[in-house]
Amino acid sequence: MTSVSLKVNGKSVTREVEGRTLLVQLLRDHLGLTGTHVGCDTSQCGACVVHVDGESIKSCTMLAVQANGLEVTTIEGLAAADGTLHPMQAAFREHHGLQCGYCTPGMVMSAVDLAKSHEHLDEKTVREGLEGNICRCTGYHNIVKAVLAGAEAMRSQPAQAAAE
Amino acid sequence: MSNSPANAPVNATGIGASVKRREDFRFLTGQGTYTDDINRPNQTHAYILRSPYAHARINGIDTAAALEAPGVVAVFTGKDIAADKVNGLPCGWLIHSKDGSPMVEPPHPPLVLDKVVHVGDQVAVIIAETCEQAKDAAELVMVDYDELPAVTTSPEALKDGAPLVHDQATGNLCYDWHLGDKAATDAAFAKAAHVTKLDLINNRLVPNAMEPRAAIGEFDRATGDYTLWTTSQNPHVIRLLMGAFVLGIPEHKLRVIAPDVGGGFGSKIYHYAEEAIVTWASRKIGRPIKWVAERSESFVSDAHGRDHVTHAELALDADGKFLGLRVQTLANMGAYLSTFAPSIPTYLYATLLAGQYTTPAIYAEVKAVFTHTVPVDAYRGAGRPEACYLIERIVENAARELGIDKTELRRRNFIPPSAMPYDTPVALQYDCGMFEKCLDQALNLIDYKGFPARKAEAKARGKLRGIGLASYIEACGIAPSNVAGALGARAGLYESGEVRFHPTGSVTVFTGSHSHGQSHETTFAQLVSDRFGIPIENVEIVHGDTSKVPFGMGTYGSRSLAVGGSAISKAMDKVVNKAKKIAAHMLEAAETDIVFEQGKFTVAGTDRSLTIGDVALSAYVPHNFPLDELEPGLDEQAFYDPKNFTYPNGTQIAEVEIDPETGVVRIEKFVAVDDFGRVINPMVVEGQVHGGIVQGIGQALMENCVYDPQTGQLLTGSYMDYCMPRADDVPSFIVQYHEEAPCTHNPLGVKGCGEAGAIGGSATVMNAVVDALADLGIKHLDMPATPLRVWRAIQDASVPLAAE
Amino acid sequence: MYAFEYHRPTSLSEVTGLVSGKEDAKIIAGGQTLIPTLKQRLAQPSDVIDLGAVAELHGIREEGGGLVIGATTKHAEVAGSDIVRRLIPELAELANGIGDAQVRNRGTLGGSICNNDPSADYPAALVGLNATVHTNKRTIPAEEFFTGMFETALELDEIVTAVAFPKPGRVGYAKFPNPASRYATVGVLVAEVDGAVRVAVTGAGPVVFRWPEAEQALSSNFSAAALNGLTVDADGLNADIHASAEYRANLVAVMAKRAVVRAAG
Ligand SMILES: Cc1cc2nc3c(=O)[nH]c(=O)nc-3n(C[C@H](O)[C@H](O)[C@H](O)COP(=O)(O)OP(=O)(O)OC[C@H]3O[C@@H](n4cnc5c(N)ncnc54)[C@H](O)[C@@H]3O)c2cc1C
Ligand code: FES
Ligand code: FES
Repeated sequence: MTSVSLKVNGKSVTREVEGRTLLVQLLRDHLGLTGTHVGCDTSQCGACVVHVDGESIKSCTMLAVQANGLEVTTIEGLAAADGTLHPMQAAFREHHGLQCGYCTPGMVMSAVDLAKSHEHLDEKTVREGLEGNICRCTGYHNIVKAVLAGAEAMRSQPAQAAAE
Repeated sequence: MSNSPANAPVNATGIGASVKRREDFRFLTGQGTYTDDINRPNQTHAYILRSPYAHARINGIDTAAALEAPGVVAVFTGKDIAADKVNGLPCGWLIHSKDGSPMVEPPHPPLVLDKVVHVGDQVAVIIAETCEQAKDAAELVMVDYDELPAVTTSPEALKDGAPLVHDQATGNLCYDWHLGDKAATDAAFAKAAHVTKLDLINNRLVPNAMEPRAAIGEFDRATGDYTLWTTSQNPHVIRLLMGAFVLGIPEHKLRVIAPDVGGGFGSKIYHYAEEAIVTWASRKIGRPIKWVAERSESFVSDAHGRDHVTHAELALDADGKFLGLRVQTLANMGAYLSTFAPSIPTYLYATLLAGQYTTPAIYAEVKAVFTHTVPVDAYRGAGRPEACYLIERIVENAARELGIDKTELRRRNFIPPSAMPYDTPVALQYDCGMFEKCLDQALNLIDYKGFPARKAEAKARGKLRGIGLASYIEACGIAPSNVAGALGARAGLYESGEVRFHPTGSVTVFTGSHSHGQSHETTFAQLVSDRFGIPIENVEIVHGDTSKVPFGMGTYGSRSLAVGGSAISKAMDKVVNKAKKIAAHMLEAAETDIVFEQGKFTVAGTDRSLTIGDVALSAYVPHNFPLDELEPGLDEQAFYDPKNFTYPNGTQIAEVEIDPETGVVRIEKFVAVDDFGRVINPMVVEGQVHGGIVQGIGQALMENCVYDPQTGQLLTGSYMDYCMPRADDVPSFIVQYHEEAPCTHNPLGVKGCGEAGAIGGSATVMNAVVDALADLGIKHLDMPATPLRVWRAIQDASVPLAAE
Repeated sequence: MYAFEYHRPTSLSEVTGLVSGKEDAKIIAGGQTLIPTLKQRLAQPSDVIDLGAVAELHGIREEGGGLVIGATTKHAEVAGSDIVRRLIPELAELANGIGDAQVRNRGTLGGSICNNDPSADYPAALVGLNATVHTNKRTIPAEEFFTGMFETALELDEIVTAVAFPKPGRVGYAKFPNPASRYATVGVLVAEVDGAVRVAVTGAGPVVFRWPEAEQALSSNFSAAALNGLTVDADGLNADIHASAEYRANLVAVMAKRAVVRAAG
C-alpha cells in the first residue's frame, strides 16, 4: 500500500492504495465519484476521461499513485457549486448530446479540453478531437453540435468556464 | 423538422415540443446511478472464469488452490449449480420446423458441467473480497480441458461431419422453418421476364452498449427476499425468467431493479447466466455479490446480432413489376439459444420480406444453426435490418440489370396509400404508410438530380462517387399478444402503466417499459403534461423496479411509446373518467355536461370549473365526494395490448466517395425521411435516428465480428480489432419526418422510432458503395465494406479502373 | 493487474539502480502501452519504476542545429512545441496523429520507441529522419535501434534518455490508420536528410524498414510521379484481418506518394 495525496475537484484527499490501483478505481471505489465510467479495457473508449492538471487523460490508463500531488477534475467538479452547469454541460443538454449518458462524462471532459486547446473549432476539428471517445447512442451528430456550441459559450462566458 | 405546422405543440412541454431532457442533469453532472455505481454493505465481488476454448470437454475442475487464495470467499462450478437444482436459462420463443417438429432446445446451464461450447462459456465463479482478488484466484482454478474441433459459420456447421455443438441437435440444426406460399412463388418465377439473384451475408455484430453488463445479487436472510440489480432493458422479464424458470423464486420474493442503464440495443433484453449466478450465490455465501463485465468479457458473453447467410431471387415481369421473391437463409444461433433468438430470423425477419412493395408471392426458408460461437439474438432492428438489406440490395441490383432508374423501379412497386390496410403475403397487415412521399422528400433533400454532376466532379478528383437508397419498413410496437402467442412466444407482449395522482396535484407514472437512452422521463411526462394540462415539473416517471412498477415487458422493438405510452394513455383515460365523475358531483352537474380541457373540468356552457388538482385533492380528502358511487383516490392502472404491429417506414439516401487507391469509403451525405406516425418530441426522435443510422453505417463499413474458422477464437475481441464508429467516421445527417399517416390503431398514433436508422442504414450505405463501384462491373460486396475489401474488389474487378 | 511495487525516483542514477536491483522491474513512462498490458495480465513485473519525476529525461531543445527530445516528452508536447514546429514541423504533425488527444497527453516518445510496436508512428520518424537514440549507456543510430517486432537493441537495464534528430530538408509523413485501433496499418515518412532522401516504412512489416528503390527514385526526382510503378514485395509483410500483405504493399506505395506530396507542399 502506498499513500497518495491529491486534489480532487478542489478538495485535498489522501488515500492508501495498491500500486496497481488505477486512477479511475481511486475515484470510483475509494472516493465514491462514480460519474467517471469504465467502458473498455484497452484504453480506447474515453468513458473514463478526467482532467489531470487541466489536461484530459484516460483515468483507466493512469495509476492512482501517478496522480500524487496533482489536481484532478472529474465530471462532478465541472458544474458550479450552486448547480449551474458548465457551458459545455449546458450545451450538451441544449443540443441533446447524450442519450444513455454513459459516455457523457468522458465526452464532456474531453470536449472541455478540446475547446480550451483550440482557438477555433469547426465540425472537422471537433470530430477528430473526439477520436478517443466512443458513443454508441447518439451517432455523434448532436455531440458535435453541442461541442461547437459549448466551445462558443466557453469563449463568451470565460468566468464560468474558468470555474472548472 | 416537422412539415406539418398544424401539429405544433399546444404548449412548450406538450406533444410535439422538443422538450429538453429531464434526465440530463444527473447524467451531465456525474450523478447517474448505473449498476456498477451501486455498492451494497458487506458486498463481495465475483469473477467469472470463462472458457478459453470454443469447444472442449472438461474432465475436471480443481478449485482447491483458488479457495486458499487471499480474500476468496467461495468458488462454485457447474456441479454446485446442479446440486442446487438450478435450471438452465430458458428460451422465450418456440419455433416449429416445416414438418411440425419443435425446434431443438439444448440446455443452457449458467455454469457448464462437462463441456464448453464457445469461447467465453461460463466455467466457474470466484467470489472474493475484491475484484482483483477474485481475478488473482481465478488463475489458480485448474480446469482439465480436452480441446475438440469447432465450427463457427452456419454453412460449415450444416456440412456432413461438422463438429456437433450439442449431441441432440443432429447436423447442428435447430429448426428448418418456412413462411409463405411456395407454389404461388414458384408459379411467379415460372412466368417471370427477368430474375435477379443475389447471395449475401449479413455480418455478425457485437452490440457494444457503452456500459458493460453488471449485476448485483443480494439475499435478505430475515425476510427471505432476493434483490437483483442488473443492466437490463426489462426487469420484469428477468424476474419472470430467472425467478420462475432458473432459480425457482416466486415473484413476491424477488425484486429486480434496472437502474440507469448505459445503452442496450437489444443486448440487455436477455436473461444472462451472471444474473442467476450472483442471485443464487448471494444466498449461499450470505453476502451481496457484485459482478461487472470487463469489455473483453462483453465481447464473448453479450449476445451478438445478425449473422445470416442468404440466397435470394427476385422475379420481375417485363415492366419491372415484382412477381415473386424466394429467400433461403441460414441463421447462426451461436452455441445456445438466447432468450428471443429463434424469433429473430423468423417472425421478425421473413414477415418483413414484402418491404414496401406489392410483391404478390413470397416464400422464405430459414434454417437456424448451432455453432461454437457466442449466442446471437436481437440487436437494434433484429431481423428487420436483415430483411431490409436483402430486399433493398436485390431491388437495387434488379434496377441495374434492367436499366431502370432505381427510384423508378421502386415507385412501380410501392404499395400505394390507397391500398392500405394492406395484407402482405408474409402474414402482416400494414395499417398505413405513404412510401412514395418519403422517397420524394428524401430525393429532394439530397438533390438527386444533381448527383451526376457531383459524380463527374468526384471523378475529376480521382474519386468514385455513388448514391444509394433504401426504402424500409419495419414491424414495431411488439406485439399483439395473441398473434405472438400463436407464433410461438412464451410470454405476453402488452405493457402496463399506472398513473397516480397525488393529493396536491402532482403525478407519478409507473411504466413497465425501460429507458436506457430513449428519454422516457421526458417524453412520457410530455404525454401526461399534455393530457392533464399540468406543468411537466409536476410529473415523475418511474421505471425499472419490479417493486414499484406493477408489471412490464420492457423496452425493445421500438415499443416503448407505441405500447408503453399507450398503456399510460389508457390509464390517463381512466383517471379522467373518474375525475369527471368527481367533478360532476362537486360542481353539482350531470357527468355528461362536464368537459375536460387544458387541465380544467368545466360545466359546459358555464364558467363553473375545477382544476384537475382540485379534483385530485377531493379524491383524497373526500369530504365532498360521491362516496356511494366511487372509491376515494385517483390512481389508475392499465394494460395495453396492441391490436397490430406498427409500421414505421421511410427512405434513407447516402452518397459516398471511394478512394480507389486505398479502398476507403467516406460518407459525404446522408438523408433520412421517416414516417413514425405522430411525434411526441422531435429532438428525441431525431437523436434516435442519428444513433441508429450510425449503427447501420457501422455494420456497412466497419463492424464485423470475426472468428477464426479453425479454432473458434474470437479475432475481434476488443476495440483494437472490432471497429466501432467514431465521430470522425461519420458525417452530420439531414433527418426529417412527416406525420401525415399516424398509426391507425393505437391511441397516440405513434409508430416507434428506435430502430429505423439501423434498419435502413446498412442497406442504404451498401447500395451507395455498390453504385460507386458499378462502373467497374462490381455487382455486390459483402459487409463491411472495409478499405481492404473495397480495394480488393477494385483489383479483381472485370472492368479496370480508368487510367488517371 | 498483478500486484507490484511502485517507485518514483527523481534521478536517472536512481532509476538505473532500481532497474538493476529489482528482480523483474519494469519502467513506466506514459503507461499508455504498459498499463493496458498489465491490465490484461500479459506481464507480471515485481516492481514498476516511474520515469515521470526524472527531470533530466524530459523536454525539447535545439542542439547543434538539430532537435533533441527527452525520452519522457509526451506526444502532445512534441505536437505543440514551437521548437519542433520550427525545426521539423512534420514531426509535430506525426506526433499529433498518434492515438487520440488523451493518449497524446500521457504517452511518450521513449515509451513508444522502446515498445517498438510494428504499427507505431515514431519508428518511421526516427529511421526516416536518421535520428540517434541516446541511452544511459551509449548512443544508437535509429536503424540499429529497432531490431524486430516489439524488440529493440536495448539491454535489460538500459534506459532511453533522449532522441536526437538532425535538421532535415523536406519531410512528409502519410499514415493509413487501422480503422479500429487507429495505429498505423502503414505509415511512410519521406525526408531529405544530409542531402540524401530517406524513405522509412512502419506498420507494413514486422519492424520499421527503409525502402531503397523509392529513395533512389526520389533522389533524382523528388515528386510523387517518380514513384509510379514502384512496389514493395508483399512477401514478409504483415497480414491481419484488416489488411492483407498485398494490401499493405499497395498502401506503402500510395502512402509514399502522399508523403512526397506533403513534403513537397
Ligand atoms: C488508444 C491508444 C491509441 C494509440 N494509438 C497509437 C498510434 O496511433 N500510434 C502510435 O505510435 N502509438 C499509439 N499508441 C501507443 C502510444 O503512443 C503509447 O504512448 C506508446 O506506445 C508508449 O508510450 P508510453 O510512454 O505510454 O510508454 P509505457 O506504456 O509507459 O511503456 C512502454 C514500454 O516501454 C518501456 N519504456 C518506456 N520508457 C522507456 C525508457 N525511457 N527507456 C526504456 N524503456 C522504456 C516500458 O518499460 C514499456 O515496456 C496508442 C495507445 C493507446 C492506448
Ligand atoms: S475506460 Fe475505456 S478508455 Fe478508459
Ligand atoms: S449517450 Fe449512450 S454511449 Fe453516448
